[in-house]
Amino acid sequence: MAKIPVQFRLNGSDRAAFVDAPETLLNTLRRGLGDFAPKYGCGQGACGVCTVLIDGEPHLSCLTLSVACEGKRIETASGMADGPDLHPLQAQFMEHFAAQCGFCTPGMLTVARALLDRNPNPTRDEVIEAISGNICRCTGYEPIVAAILAAAGSPGMRRSEGGRHA
Amino acid sequence: MLDVRHCATLAEAAGIVSGDRQAVLLGGGTLVMRDVNEGRLTEGTLLRVTDPVFRRIEAGGGRIELGAGVTMGMILANRDLAFLHAAARAIGGPAVRNMASVGGNLFAASPYGDFTVALLALDAQVVVQAGFGSGRAVPLEEFLAARERSGPALVTAVQFSRPSNPGEFHFRKISRVRPKGISVLSIAAHLPQSGGRMAQVRVAYGAMAPTPIRARGVERALEGKSLDAGAIQMAKQAALEGCRPATDAIASEWYRREVLPVHLGRLLAGDGR
Ligand SMILES: Cc1cc2nc3c(=O)[nH]c(=O)nc-3n(C[C@H](O)[C@H](O)[C@H](O)COP(=O)(O)OP(=O)(O)OC[C@H]3O[C@@H](n4cnc5c(N)ncnc54)[C@H](O)[C@@H]3O)c2cc1C
Ligand code: FES
Ligand code: FES
Repeated sequence: MAKIPVQFRLNGSDRAAFVDAPETLLNTLRRGLGDFAPKYGCGQGACGVCTVLIDGEPHLSCLTLSVACEGKRIETASGMADGPDLHPLQAQFMEHFAAQCGFCTPGMLTVARALLDRNPNPTRDEVIEAISGNICRCTGYEPIVAAILAAAGSPGMRRSEGGRHA
Repeated sequence: MLDVRHCATLAEAAGIVSGDRQAVLLGGGTLVMRDVNEGRLTEGTLLRVTDPVFRRIEAGGGRIELGAGVTMGMILANRDLAFLHAAARAIGGPAVRNMASVGGNLFAASPYGDFTVALLALDAQVVVQAGFGSGRAVPLEEFLAARERSGPALVTAVQFSRPSNPGEFHFRKISRVRPKGISVLSIAAHLPQSGGRMAQVRVAYGAMAPTPIRARGVERALEGKSLDAGAIQMAKQAALEGCRPATDAIASEWYRREVLPVHLGRLLAGDGR
């Protein structure tokens, strides 16, 4: 079957890809466009490692059709650093040892970013709720929650391009 | 090979659903795309409805209509639907909620279908444009009873009346993992009071039968009574009428039967546990 062209903004740049009709956004990002931040964990919506922002809101790219993303704004953890300067969430994840193997980290950073865009001063419970769709098998969550709360208090929180208040 | 078709109008989607038995409607895809990734769905056509009506919320007045493509996230962002927020928040984590649709929840197999439980206690009607009962609004209970044998369908919306006092509508989901876990069971209850007595009581359960069901025994036990300890005791005694829970990875049939009356009692007593 013929490939289908799709165009969307990825981390602020216009990108295009030729995809199969039932291809997932996760496959297009990783195989087609070389963005390896979102990972393939379960392919079932259960682990959250494939989470990306679509128009500022968290979505599971393993369950999203690429052809449904025409004209959308997609953001992944790859777009969070500004050159050599880490995003405050990334800096706080390092500071708090919130990554061990790192497999869950891009998904955690992405849902945390969406939370802080909407709610710059979340409570601990709101942080726990925000990461509740993301599984980490190493850190035990506590350092992740601490890192997100610390980033919320840190100066220089940048908003994602598609964030509601952007 | 699996194909994808984009339908700009509901009429176009209805035409395809009626004529093509291999057409699969795509809501948020949180269940359909699992099948695609697992290789269980490899043939046919995925139908994506892009008609804005499919994702429209009309909630300004007493009669509410939610397009079948409305997501849990859209409900949570709508202040007029605050009484449904507990039920919408019960579905998965934030990313799932941005995708999971009202229409898809009507088809989700037990123990999923938590939002449908809330709709059942609101006496919702399902608007079907192709397939089972098409061209009319079907009572949700009738729709669920026929769901497995009715073949492909296009649900366009659900409709229900706003509870006149939102404080009389209750929902709780019982799960083993907080804040996000699959249902051991869920309960929704609409307990309208008039002159200190309950009238038109509606109680519904999720995960206590192959589809969400109405708790008729409980409704009978409460109808016309005031919500006191005696009525709650009677409701608990009638709690299991009509229940056929499954044993699955989340809980055994025995466990579901044991804990349902306890949780029903707590909900009726307004106990926040
Ligand atoms: C990690 C995870 C956690 C979850 N947790 C919960 C939970 O706690 N509670 C819960 O209830 N569910 C849960 N679910 C299941 C699911 O996300 C929800 O039930 C959701 O509402 C399904 O909607 P959807 O739009 O994604 O369905 P889809 O996958 O798009 O569709 C599901 C089925 O319904 C059919 N369908 C969809 N829309 C229509 C329509 N308008 N007309 C006709 N047929 C239609 C499809 O063809 C398909 O057969 C979870 C899923 C995941 C991945
Ligand atoms: S890979 Fe998408 S949720 Fe696990
Ligand atoms: S750091 Fe290993 S899964 Fe989270």
